[in-house]
Amino acid sequence: MKLSGWGRYPQVECTLHHPRDAHALRDLVTQAGAEAPVIARGNGRAYGDAALAPTGTVSMCAMDQMIHFDAQTGVLQAQAGVLLADVISAFLPRGWFPMVTPGTRFVTLGGMAAADVHGKNHHIDGSFRSCVVWLDLMRPDGSTVRVTPDKTPDLFDRTLGGMGLTGVILQLCIRLTRVETGWIHQHTIDAPNLDAAMAAFEDNPDATYSVAWIDCLAKGAALGRSLVMLGEHATLAQLPANLRRRPLQLPPKPRKAIRMTFPMCALNRWSVKAFNALYYWKSRRKTNSFVDWESYFYPLDAVLGWNRIYGRKGFVQFQCVLPLDRSADGMRALLSEISAAGQGSFLAVLKRFGAQDSAFSFPTEGYTLALDFPATPACLALLTRLEPIVADHGGRFYLAKDAVLSAQRLRETDGRAKGFADTRLAQGEAGVFSSAQSARLKL
Amino acid sequence: MSKEAVLILGARSDIGFAVARRFAQAGHAIQLALRDAQGFEDHRRDLELRSNVGVTLHEFDVLDSAGIEPFLDSLPELPIVVVCAVGTMNEQGRSEQEPDLASLDMRSNFEGPALVLGAIANRFETRGRGTIVGISSVAGDRGRATNYIYGAAKAGFSAFLSGLRNRLTGTGVHVITVKPGFVATRMTDGLDLPEKLTAAPSELGEAIFSAVQKGRNVIYVRRVWWLVMTIICAIPEAIFKKLRI
Repeated sequence: MKLSGWGRYPQVECTLHHPRDAHALRDLVTQAGAEAPVIARGNGRAYGDAALAPTGTVSMCAMDQMIHFDAQTGVLQAQAGVLLADVISAFLPRGWFPMVTPGTRFVTLGGMAAADVHGKNHHIDGSFRSCVVWLDLMRPDGSTVRVTPDKTPDLFDRTLGGMGLTGVILQLCIRLTRVETGWIHQHTIDAPNLDAAMAAFEDNPDATYSVAWIDCLAKGAALGRSLVMLGEHATLAQLPANLRRRPLQLPPKPRKAIRMTFPMCALNRWSVKAFNALYYWKSRRKTNSFVDWESYFYPLDAVLGWNRIYGRKGFVQFQCVLPLDRSADGMRALLSEISAAGQGSFLAVLKRFGAQDSAFSFPTEGYTLALDFPATPACLALLTRLEPIVADHGGRFYLAKDAVLSAQRLRETDGRAKGFADTRLAQGEAGVFSSAQSARLKL
Repeated sequence: MSKEAVLILGARSDIGFAVARRFAQAGHAIQLALRDAQGFEDHRRDLELRSNVGVTLHEFDVLDSAGIEPFLDSLPELPIVVVCAVGTMNEQGRSEQEPDLASLDMRSNFEGPALVLGAIANRFETRGRGTIVGISSVAGDRGRATNYIYGAAKAGFSAFLSGLRNRLTGTGVHVITVKPGFVATRMTDGLDLPEKLTAAPSELGEAIFSAVQKGRNVIYVRRVWWLVMTIICAIPEAIFKKLRI
C-alpha cells in the first residue's frame, strides 16, 4: 500500500506488517535480508521517508502495552508502540509529565527514541535519551538485547537518534518528571528582530522551556521578528484560584479535525502573512499568562490531520542546527533567503540547543530553525538554496524531518555519517534494517 | 474508586480491547471476558496502568451456551454496560466447502452472542437499567458473494438486537447496534483497505463510548458507511445479483 510520513511527501508503495508480539516481529526480522530489509514504523509522525521501507515496513502500533509504573520514582516501562499522548493521559492526572516531549504527542515512544527527539527544554534536560533508563532492541539476528547507557554505551548511543537503523525497539523504560499542575506559566518576549530573539535566549538560560515563533516573511530591519516564549511548570500555589481546584485537568476545548485535503493554493504568501500577523499581534498582548499543557506543548495537535492543509502533494519540513558561534550569521543568511523567496512557512520555530555529543542524534549546541513548506517546485528549489547555507555555516539537518537530502550533502554536513554507516555494515545491521531514507542517504 | 463496571465479551479482539480502553479511560471498572483469560494478564495490567481502574479477567467461551449462567454468576458485579465484540470471519470460499467452518462463523457471530446477550438482557431488565452494545457489521445489511456466510450471521445478530431493543424499550435497558465497515484489525491484516473507509479500533472505542452516553440506537462506524450501505441496499436485486462488489 502507499505510505508516507506526516508530510505526505514522498509517498512510497510499501509492504506493511503489523506484528502483535515479539515472536511475530522476530519472524519478520530474521526473514528480512539484503533483498527485503525492514524498518520499524511508529505512528508515522516523522515527516519524510524515515519510516518507509518498500520491502517491509513494520508498524509497531499493535505493540502498545504499558507494563509497569513506579509511582515513587516516576519510571515507566512500556512497549515501543505506546503513544506519548497515552502516557500523558495516564500519568498527568497522577502528577507526572514526560521529561522530554516533541511538538506533537501523537508519537510512539519507540519513534521518540529512534529520532532522539528534543523539546523546548533541550538546553536544560537534553534530548529524549536523557530520560531513557534502558530499552530492548531486536538485533539483525532476531535476538533481543537490553541496551543501557552504562552496560552497552555504544549501542545505546547509536540507537538513540539512529532512526531505527540499529534494530527494532521493543520496549523502553523511561523516567517521567513530577509536576504539581498541568499548567505552564508562560512569559512572552516580543523580539523585533533576530538579534533581539537570540539575546532573549542567551539572557534566559535558566528558563525550563524556551522557544521562539519566528515570522519568516519579515524583511529588512524586522528580519527574524519573533516571539520568544519562556515557560515553567506552574506550581499549585502560583495558579489562580479558579484553576487550582482541578490543577491536573485540561479545560474542555473543542477539537477540530481536518479530514479533507486542501487545494494546493489555500496556503500562499498572503494567507500565511495574514496568519502570521494575526498570531503575532494576538500573542504579543499576553506577556505573562497561564497556558494549559496541551496548548503550550502541542498547539497543532488541537487540529487533527493538520498536515492536509498543505494540499495533496504534501509538504516538506526543514530543520537544521547551526553551531553557536556561526548561528547569528547563518540564521540571518537563511532568513534572508526565505523572506526573499516569499515562501511562507506556517509555523517557523527557532530554538537554542544546549550542548550534546552523540553518535548520530541531531542536537548539538547552537540554534535550530524548523520550517515547513508545501512540496511545490518553488519550495523544493528554495530548499536546495538553503542547504548550502547550512553547510557553509557548519550546520546539519534533522533526519526525522528530512525527505530530500542527498547522501553527499549528509556526509558533507555531518562528519558522523560515514562512521555510522560503516558500523552498520560491520554489525550486520545494514542488510536487515533499511528505510527509504537510509537508502537515499547511503547509511 | 472506579465507576460501575463495563463487561467486554470477546476482549481479545482489537475492537473489544479498544472499547475497554475507552471506558477505562472514563473511569469505569472493566471486566474482560474471553477464552484463555489467563494469557491476557499483560493486557489487564496495561488497562490498570493506563486508567487506574479495577480490571478483572473472566473465562468465557461464546459457543458454550450451558456456561452462560455460571459465567454471569461469577462476575464480581452485574455490569452497567456490556459490549459484545465476539466474532470470527473465516474465508468465504473455504466456508462454502467446509460446513464446520461455516457453522463456526454462524454460531460465533450470531447464536453465541445472541444467547449471552439475551441472558444479560434478562438480568438488566430485572434490575431496571443497563446498556447492551452488540457489534454487528455492515456485512449484515445485504448478503454479498464475497462474505455472505459471515454476513448472514451478522444479519441475524442485527435483527436480534433490533428485536431486543424493541422489547426492552421502557424498561430502562437500552440496546445499541454497532455496524462497523472496514476496521484495521487482525481480521483485516494484509488487506489493502481504502483509507477513507477504514476505521482504527480506537475510533470504534470512541464511537461506542459516545453512543452509550447519548443512548443511540444504530451507529455506523465510520459514518460514511451509512451512505454506502443505503446505496448498496437500494440496488434492485436483478442488478445486484450480477455485481461483484
